[in-house]
Amino acid sequence: MLRKISCDVLPIFMLVAAIVLGTAPPARAADTADPKAAFTAFRAYFTSRFPKVALDDFVNGPYSMDEGLRKQWKEIEEFPPYEFAVDKGKEMFAKPFANGRTYADCFPEKGISIRQNYPYFDTKSGQVITLELALNQCRQANGEKPLDETKDDMAALTAYMAFTSRGKRFDIKIPDDPRALAAWRKGEEYFYTRRGQLNFSCASCHVQSAGQHIRTEVLAPALGIMAAMPIYRSEWSGMGTTSRRFTTCNAQVRAVPLHPQDELYRDVEYFLTYMGNGLPVSGPGARP
Amino acid sequence: MTSVPVFLCLTIVVATTAVSAAPLSGEQLAFDRGKGNCLTCHDIKGGDSPGNVGPPLAGMKARFPNRADLVAIVADETKRNPQTVMPPFRRNLILTEEEINAIVDFLYTQ
Repeated sequence: MLRKISCDVLPIFMLVAAIVLGTAPPARAADTADPKAAFTAFRAYFTSRFPKVALDDFVNGPYSMDEGLRKQWKEIEEFPPYEFAVDKGKEMFAKPFANGRTYADCFPEKGISIRQNYPYFDTKSGQVITLELALNQCRQANGEKPLDETKDDMAALTAYMAFTSRGKRFDIKIPDDPRALAAWRKGEEYFYTRRGQLNFSCASCHVQSAGQHIRTEVLAPALGIMAAMPIYRSEWSGMGTTSRRFTTCNAQVRAVPLHPQDELYRDVEYFLTYMGNGLPVSGPGARP
Repeated sequence: MTSVPVFLCLTIVVATTAVSAAPLSGEQLAFDRGKGNCLTCHDIKGGDSPGNVGPPLAGMKARFPNRADLVAIVADETKRNPQTVMPPFRRNLILTEEEINAIVDFLYTQ
């Protein structure tokens, strides 16, 4: 039985969180003053909670939190499970559409080493453009059908684009446009709002319980959580994009998932990627 | 030859009916991923690969001499601690009152 939980307790919840801050892990890593202040507080929360984790290592998610998992990961990376997707994505990227144009024609720098700039706020259309959305817009502009945004061919394309961008540092900008700030704030609100029958927000697991175990899994810290996308997940036996992660997260807390490229999901991705600015692209990644 | 598959089929039907008819024990409810799923976040004696988001569930009688306190935590811990990540099992209809009572019975053996 599914029931959507109202979020009208949130202001009280935030107030209490502010009062008891310091006695228990806070439910919020940062208060909303402005994105810059929130960014600083968010990063400080994670670096002070995990003082032994090198800043750049946060992009490796659960492997930055657990020695045993890290060893397994090093072995996995000898024959990375996402390698096939990178090769396939490279091939797809080079293959011309029916009209002779290619993906490279749709992107700055011909699409190479640009992952760190996505998602971005497009001041023309007034919305957040993720890499997946940009790829599908490119296809449609060239008379091709859009791809499923969550896996398979789409994940192969983004895996290749991430691979060419490894080590580049995220540089998500909030342009001087009230709609951009509003998108960031909507993403932030979604991230901290509890939902689903299990009553979890994104932050319940990835801020408040980051690094802790749920059975054998280690909860990834929210700082840098977008850097490894797309990922090969053993649990999925395949590749998945950010929107696959968002829809499955929603389903796991027994909430109703949104459309994979819903405006709200794009806003969350905008918020979260911005909060990881300065960290290196590590995708494509492999996760349990 | 045809009697073998029919026989197998009947066996499966009977087995399924038997499982769904018997109510889960408190321990089963506590370990079951679709029910209490306590093990995902708490260490419980006898459970494999427990999580550690919440405290280990041991010495429960000493910690909660008043049974109503423990029932209230499982039912909706957000009332006592708004920051908790523990799901409100009764409020959000994840567990029935009977199931919560069975779980609390089991927890008191820990």
